[in-house]
Amino acid sequence: MNLNRRAFTGSLASGLLAAPLAGLSSLARAQGNEIVIGSIQDMSGPLQPFGRGKSNVLKFGVAQINAAGGLLGRPLRIVEYDTQSNNQLYAQFGQQLALRDKAVVAFGGVTSAAREVVRPVLRRANVPYFYNMPYEGGVCDRNTVLTGVTPSHALRTIVPHLIKNHGKKLYVLGADYNFGQLSAKWIRRLAAEHGGEVVGVELFPMDAANFNTTIAKIQAAAPNAIINSFVGPAHGSFYGQWAASGMKGKVALASQTFGDVGEHLLMPKEITNGVIVCTNYFEELDMPSNKAFIKAYRDAGHKDYVSNTTMNEYVALRLWAAAVAKAGSLDRNAVLKALESNLSIDAPHGQVALDPATHHCTYDMYLAEVRDGGYRVLDKSRAVTAIDMVGQCDLVKNPNTNQQFEPRI
Amino acid sequence: MDYAVLSFHLVYAIALLVLTSLGLAIVFGMMRVVNFAHGEFLMIGGYTLVLSVQAGLNIWLAMFVVAPAVVGLVGYALERLIIRHLYGRMLDTILATWGVSLALIGLATWAFGFQQRGVVAPLGSFTLGGYRDSWYSVLIIAVATALVLGTWWVLRHTRTGLLARGTMQNAPMAEALGMNTSRVYAWTFAAGAAISGLAGAVMAPLTGAVPTIGTAYVTRAFITVITGGANAITGTVVASSLFGTLSELVTRWATPVAGHVALLALAVVLLRLMPSGITGRFFRRSL
Repeated sequence: MNLNRRAFTGSLASGLLAAPLAGLSSLARAQGNEIVIGSIQDMSGPLQPFGRGKSNVLKFGVAQINAAGGLLGRPLRIVEYDTQSNNQLYAQFGQQLALRDKAVVAFGGVTSAAREVVRPVLRRANVPYFYNMPYEGGVCDRNTVLTGVTPSHALRTIVPHLIKNHGKKLYVLGADYNFGQLSAKWIRRLAAEHGGEVVGVELFPMDAANFNTTIAKIQAAAPNAIINSFVGPAHGSFYGQWAASGMKGKVALASQTFGDVGEHLLMPKEITNGVIVCTNYFEELDMPSNKAFIKAYRDAGHKDYVSNTTMNEYVALRLWAAAVAKAGSLDRNAVLKALESNLSIDAPHGQVALDPATHHCTYDMYLAEVRDGGYRVLDKSRAVTAIDMVGQCDLVKNPNTNQQFEPRI
Repeated sequence: MDYAVLSFHLVYAIALLVLTSLGLAIVFGMMRVVNFAHGEFLMIGGYTLVLSVQAGLNIWLAMFVVAPAVVGLVGYALERLIIRHLYGRMLDTILATWGVSLALIGLATWAFGFQQRGVVAPLGSFTLGGYRDSWYSVLIIAVATALVLGTWWVLRHTRTGLLARGTMQNAPMAEALGMNTSRVYAWTFAAGAAISGLAGAVMAPLTGAVPTIGTAYVTRAFITVITGGANAITGTVVASSLFGTLSELVTRWATPVAGHVALLALAVVLLRLMPSGITGRFFRRSL
């Protein structure tokens, strides 16, 4: 560490201002033996609503761990980079984290494209990587852990619920790239398994913001329910146009993605009421452990809405910390081994277990309906496992696999 | 599907293109200024509407008065500060307005964040041939029509319009005759911006407001205006009709992606055949 006189007096002064003297001595102790963890987040640009929450929750989690005495008796320190919603920066900052900052683990990333930029960089550098977004499924890499919701998590709860409660005919909307395309395949398969049918599929370019024709096509097909896998603000236009057309409430509307950045809080309730979502976490979950988490998070001064994308970042940190504690070491192989020992943690929303074969997580999934800017839980599926890569990915048998499979659906 | 419903959707698709392109067409067609910040004018119009309504203002007042006034003012300021130094230097204007576009997106992000805000579209819905649609889409068709007729009338039948056309056709001559051409340029640019602001405000209840919403329109608007050619009004209406009809029909019978591709393919063919736009070949004496 490069400590000059000005920085030293600065840290001394801030230490005196911010903390009692005990804090100062721990600061002095900390500097030699801190554990550096990397955080690569889109803090600016279009993806910042995701990045900011993730950054906040990592800081919150690290403060919790440090307050409880650190990890292996050593305090954690976050080195964070703002990737500015720009994929090129992921490669650069991934390198810096590994080579210059000597981070022992890395968290973050929003889009799948960004993940596929940084994942090989971190794998080469032997820095375990946690990617914590809802995504299309299929990544199989021993160096990577994926805590987010995949289509097989969400759709296996949504599709049976819609068929049982609304009817057999489903209409599928989504973004026209692998997430939307794979989700459409899942819905076809699940609909067939549960005695339903898909009466229409429509996938859109990312900048499509006019859904007039689609709404007419939906009416022509007369489905009982719609499932969307929309991505981005242009697609968010659908909800307003759906409500304006007078179709809202006449056909059930479910989404795999709605609410990921707190859309239900900012959009008018005349538009959002009744939208059905399915995910593993939302801030409003009525559980004592979750209430306590949210209270502590607010008390720490964080104001952002906590969605599944934020919570799964926190879960990633806790999973990694649990693995390090279990391994008793920061050594990559020891930590990976601990991660693959049927590890589970008690998160604010219940138990989260890591599947050793796929490095994806098993957790409860909640199906809820938006109601006046909040959620009303309709249904819960216990301990749902990601099955996107069944028969393709087994990291226990083949630890050297390193690819993103196209799920066989 | 019913022909009445189909024709309604065709007219709506054309109206959308006209509405989101007309402001750009005036600035480009009359002033030869390629305004890359056009999408952001729409975005500011949208934010003005959403924030005004959330602050308790009447939605019609916000849409038809406040939003055009705010964006017109922004346009006026931009012309005075930046654009007027760059007349006749098309590449420099592109670069400058592109910079303005990035700056406005940044400013909006800083001020409002990236979460989508919205207001409820007023007016409710109606049923036509068994299909439900919103009265608001009828309003969009009406606003687009009124804007085209209004702009045409101002340019053709008022003294202001005559002065504007004179200045655009031959600025040195107009100046020799005692016109303050610099003022005409400034007001023409502001008028184009105000129309974009109105368009953005009219679209906002259907799309919500978000800093990058302009990008959802700007490509199609540029394609429409460039293909339309030098005569702002006729060019925009003719090009919108061709593109709107084609992309709507292809979207209906195939997919939205195919509709988008069809629009681009038609633009390539048209510009290959008519490099100076449709009104460079046909309707040359129109406005």
